[in-house]
Amino acid sequence: MSDPRPEDQQPGTPAATSVEPALEEKSYSQGQLVRRRFFHHKGAIIAVVILALITLVAFTSIGFGPIPGWWGKSFSTTGAVLDGGRPTISWTGLGEHPFGQDTTGRDYFALVMRGTQISLTIAFIVGIVSTIIGTIIGAIAGYFRGWVETLLMRMTDLFIIIPLLVLAAVLGQIASGGGIVVLALVLALVTWTSLARLVRGEVLSLREREFVSAARAIGTGPWRIIFRHILPNTVGVIIVSTTFAIASAILLETALSYLGFGVQAPDVSLGSLISQYQTAFTTRPWLFWFPGIFILAIALCVNFIGDGLRDAFDPRQKKDGA
Amino acid sequence: MTATPETTQQPAAGEPVLSFDNLDIKFGTEFGTVHAVKGISIDVRPGEVLALVGESGSGKSVTSTSALGLLPGNATIKGDISVAGQNVGDLGDKGLRRMRGNDVAMVFQEPMTALNPVLTIRTQMTEALELHGIAYGKEADERAIELLRMVGIPEPERRLYQYPHEFSGGMRQRVVIAMAISCDPKVIIADEPTTALDVTVQAEILDLLRDLKDKLNTGILLITHNMGVVADMADRVAVMFRGDLVEQGTAHDVLNNPQHDYTKRLLAAVPHLGRRGATPPVKAGDGPPALEVKDLVVEYHQVGKPSFRAVKEVSLHVNHGEIVGLVGESGSGKSTIARTALGLIPAESGAIRILGQDITQMKRKDLKELRKRIGVVFQDPASSLNPRLPVGDCIAEPMEVHKVGDRASRREKVAELLDAVELPRSVANRYPHELSGGQRQRVSIARALSLDPELLVADEPTSALDVSVQASVLDMFTALQDRYEFGCLFVSHDLAVIDTLADRVVVLKDGRIVEQGERQQVLANPQEEYTRRLLMAAPVPNPEEQLARRHARYAFMKEVGEEGHGLHVDQD
Repeated sequence: MSDPRPEDQQPGTPAATSVEPALEEKSYSQGQLVRRRFFHHKGAIIAVVILALITLVAFTSIGFGPIPGWWGKSFSTTGAVLDGGRPTISWTGLGEHPFGQDTTGRDYFALVMRGTQISLTIAFIVGIVSTIIGTIIGAIAGYFRGWVETLLMRMTDLFIIIPLLVLAAVLGQIASGGGIVVLALVLALVTWTSLARLVRGEVLSLREREFVSAARAIGTGPWRIIFRHILPNTVGVIIVSTTFAIASAILLETALSYLGFGVQAPDVSLGSLISQYQTAFTTRPWLFWFPGIFILAIALCVNFIGDGLRDAFDPRQKKDGA
Repeated sequence: MTATPETTQQPAAGEPVLSFDNLDIKFGTEFGTVHAVKGISIDVRPGEVLALVGESGSGKSVTSTSALGLLPGNATIKGDISVAGQNVGDLGDKGLRRMRGNDVAMVFQEPMTALNPVLTIRTQMTEALELHGIAYGKEADERAIELLRMVGIPEPERRLYQYPHEFSGGMRQRVVIAMAISCDPKVIIADEPTTALDVTVQAEILDLLRDLKDKLNTGILLITHNMGVVADMADRVAVMFRGDLVEQGTAHDVLNNPQHDYTKRLLAAVPHLGRRGATPPVKAGDGPPALEVKDLVVEYHQVGKPSFRAVKEVSLHVNHGEIVGLVGESGSGKSTIARTALGLIPAESGAIRILGQDITQMKRKDLKELRKRIGVVFQDPASSLNPRLPVGDCIAEPMEVHKVGDRASRREKVAELLDAVELPRSVANRYPHELSGGQRQRVSIARALSLDPELLVADEPTSALDVSVQASVLDMFTALQDRYEFGCLFVSHDLAVIDTLADRVVVLKDGRIVEQGERQQVLANPQEEYTRRLLMAAPVPNPEEQLARRHARYAFMKEVGEEGHGLHVDQD
């Protein structure tokens, strides 16, 4: 019938090639753009470095499980209290007990490192598990609509209206004795709600896009549409929300342990250390300060990373005149 | 009203009311500086329409926005802009505010977003009058009513108190125009004023704008990409290409005798109604037709409201190897029919048979099997490809879903399809956002063809594209159809596009079929009044031919008793 348009093919005339932009020029994929923006966020990069250092020190110093660490003292060994248990850390060196000793003569550095291990473990399990639960529930509710959505979202509402701390305390009490993994799973079971709502909202708008209609018209099944076409497009929201979930999980665990519902003795977390020695604050303030500083540092770092990720994923972050 | 004096060829006299002298605009962005406008000079005189033509990204809207001093902060402007003798660059915030409305007014593309939905028309119209100190209180209300009457809004006393959503798209654009002329500006900048409107409404709005310059001696800077609108309206034409002014002259010279290569290509790409002539009808093959729709009824159910019947007992069919054009204005139900045929919207009653099988009665598994033989192309190239999948994966997706071939054979097929849609093979590793609109639409078509479908449903596949891109996509489409011989249901609002492509045409209005038949018969010799009205309202890109068509339309409107879409000015 008709030939292909000349203007797309003729390279001779200067204007001919310029109807559509040339494909040779350097361009970035979505992932590269996000990485580029993230690495330009100074606060987030510093936070990544600090968090990595804290994790490294916490796990290598006293060892984890059967693996021994480079710090000679164990968090459970009691001994004589030297110099009233005062910390020996100074500009010149660590000394015998850098963070001091508790009332029974245990090395406080080892205790804080153990607490950091437990708190980090719980936080990451909670962050990941609650993200998975929230994403799946939100995506199913948003994609299928109808009675499925009503059921799932009313369930979500139910979880939201009960105060988080009370729910976690009751469930934690029931599951007590199961160790930190069980505690983490219980916390994950009560903290997925905000992500479920967020993901549902994203899915509601994405499912009306034409590429989803195109996939349905091709004959793609609902699960493939959800996992291949819709969820990859919500990954920004999910990652950002996960980092904030991790930060709040650390604080939630701290609060629970402080109230006595979290990690049970003889094991310790940062929260339980503070709760244990709250009365000693006036006489031995270091027993309060060291775990407190670690909680603060971890929560701040995770929040900064979340901030950096959100800026990197948000397309409205284009700056003028970069 | 209909006896509008023709001023198309007369040079306008007087000092320019709007002039750009060596205008140069740059924007700073994340990825460096974008040079949007590269030293252009244009004048608009009173009582003259200057059409600024160009494709998306050519800098035409940036140019016009600079006249109002409304460019964002990252813009660097060099050169002089003067409005009614004042230099815009010298005016402060206060001076700019006085100038906007008084000397220069703007008519935007989208009348829905140009009006504030939570305020009545009265509040919005009197606001402009009061801000510029023209009239207050009751007097302002009276002036607003007078303006609404001028732009042809019936019962202005009652409608003044209504909200924007109570007006139709064309009426809303009339309100926007009434607001634009409320302070008697010397020049009006109309940025694609009819792009969002149906073709019959477009003709009415153009009548109104034409009267503005004839009766009020207003200068108009008309920004458009539609060459038909240019031929219908413009005295002079300026063509922009990538920030440069490549050609400027009278409408007659530029449209009939273009000098610059780009203008020539642009004009050659415009689909021209009635140029194709007769074509032999496609023979109906053996076996069942590719698509057969019988007495189809589709309803949208709304909570707390009676359900809305979008499609009312429609019957049509698409034979093998045949392109059927489905034409209609917005709200005629053409997209609904396409989506129902794809099984995306449930049918209320009636039958849809694809290759002889009724999809309204089918089991899910059989339907999936049938969908292998259907391809689909949607309108919006920005949203019809998954932004997270590389182009190659997008094209291979249907093959993966239906488990056709292995990895290597799929990759081979993708390369072959990219060749077929005239894209380099390296595109397979690119992401959709790296491609232009036209390239993305080619990818959509490649995806639709990946399983060698026997039926292709295309829902306005070119209406979001620039003309030259549209032309190449349409040509490629025809070539592919020749090669793969699929039956195609092609939905479009553009009669010229349908004319260049279709074998048969179905005209829809308000969910019913008005007329259907062979393309030549329907478009050259329409039987129904509605089809004639649609055809007459579509402008063609030739000033002399368009003038004749306009007079024919006026005569026709007189015949059916509809007149006076222009400006109503009392002769006192």
